Amino acid sequence: MIDMMDIWKTYPNGAHALKGVSVVIDRNEFVYIVGPSGAGKSTFMKLIYREEFPTKGQLFVNGFNIGKLKPRKIPYVRRNIGVIFQDYRLLPKLTAYENVAFAMEVIEAPRKLMKKRTMEVLELVGLGSKHGHLPAQLSGGEQQRVAIARAIVNNPSVIVADEPTGNLDPETSWGIMNLLEEINFRGTTIIMATHNREIVNKLRKRVIAIEDGLIVRDQARGEYGYEA
Amino acid sequence: MKLRTLGRHIREGVRNIFRNGWMSFASISSIFISLFILGAFVLLALNVNKLADQLESQVEIRAFLQMDATKESEAAIETKLRNIPEVKSVTYLTAEQNLQEMSEMLGSDGKQLLEDFQGEDNPLPASFTIEVYDPLTVAAAAAQVEAISSAQDPPAFQQVKYGKGTVETLFKVTDTVRNIGLIIVAGLAVTAMFLIATTIKTTIINRQREISIMKLVGATNAFIRWPFFVEGALIGFLSSALTAAVVIFGYGELIRQSEFDLGLMSIRLVSMNEAAAIIVPLTIGIGTFLGVWGSVLSVRRYLKV
Repeated sequence: MIDMMDIWKTYPNGAHALKGVSVVIDRNEFVYIVGPSGAGKSTFMKLIYREEFPTKGQLFVNGFNIGKLKPRKIPYVRRNIGVIFQDYRLLPKLTAYENVAFAMEVIEAPRKLMKKRTMEVLELVGLGSKHGHLPAQLSGGEQQRVAIARAIVNNPSVIVADEPTGNLDPETSWGIMNLLEEINFRGTTIIMATHNREIVNKLRKRVIAIEDGLIVRDQARGEYGYEA
Repeated sequence: MKLRTLGRHIREGVRNIFRNGWMSFASISSIFISLFILGAFVLLALNVNKLADQLESQVEIRAFLQMDATKESEAAIETKLRNIPEVKSVTYLTAEQNLQEMSEMLGSDGKQLLEDFQGEDNPLPASFTIEVYDPLTVAAAAAQVEAISSAQDPPAFQQVKYGKGTVETLFKVTDTVRNIGLIIVAGLAVTAMFLIATTIKTTIINRQREISIMKLVGATNAFIRWPFFVEGALIGFLSSALTAAVVIFGYGELIRQSEFDLGLMSIRLVSMNEAAAIIVPLTIGIGTFLGVWGSVLSVRRYLKV
């Protein structure tokens, strides 16, 4: 599913974000990416949905060779990857429904299917009754649920979540985690970067620790391993 | 692209105008102001041009006959006038025709004023309009007309008129005015373009984040660009149509208000229909082009996410 071979990433300002990372993530895995701030977690995530491209090494995502991908092919890779961010990144002037439906408009889905599927995922994340609300009218947890609904609406094979609980209180965070686990049970790979020690230690999954651009630990059912 | 998606882009483009109400208002205002100034200046230039044409064509000699001239004497005079070598044509105007012409000059107000002077009460004489081949020889031709007139007693004409003295400088002045007008219009068009481009750029910068989110969801560049294209075209078209309407109706009002006063000075403005035939396509064409050009060019810069 995701296959990294000796990946290096050097930014134009000379910063070495990744210094030779190799890892394989299989279908249906749930992986935490942990590590101190600035260790390369975000770069690791960005490479997967091709916001950045590797300076050196080979990276395959869903069979696409990310390093050699032509720019005009990027949208088609992203349609098979759902992305979730700490700051939700919803379109501020669209309702919850429109935000989710937008991802289906992009793939030119038939109108009927779009309506049905959008409401279906909004129900799944528990926001069926709030589909007409604008992001500003929703709480942080609800906005993140809309973002999750948007990420899964096209049935992607992978979800990349960069600190999805970073802005949420513990109770709301657990709600989001339950939802992600449910999505993982349904067959979607989840890669989640996090600083949340409690979640990693209680909801045990594979843990990949990145420090100073290198993978220093890769452990099934691992611990967070850092002081909070 | 599927037809359904095209429909979606048009719908989104229209909705975006309302969703970004204030920025749309700013764009519409800046297009309106630029094109309004441009339109007003084009009208000014058109009228200066028309006035120059009028002045040039007025380089002709008007000779007013005595009130009691007989048909026979008039015919004899006309033959003599035609024999002047510089003269191109001689047109005889009856007293009634002269009154009619004056009434047209003065517009609707003048018509009422002159109604009392019809028929027997007409104070105007019959006249000859004498055109020369070369406007520069008009002075020499006029001197010969005077000579023919004073050869008999009383003189054949009570008055011989032509644009004395102005003829020599007229052509230089009209040419200069036309050229300056053209330069100013071109300058205004460029200024308008920059003003509008800046406004649209501001709109796009505001929506840079939106564009990057769309890209993350897997939207192609074309998919993102289309609604912006529709939005730009619509804003350009709407604001320039508004400008054209305001300029033309404003001008119509100006014509109505000034018709009588200017008529007394023998000046006639470019008519509202003539003005509309130039202003409407010019304004709407420039406005729509600017809207489309601005949005397409600016979006391109932010698509490289």
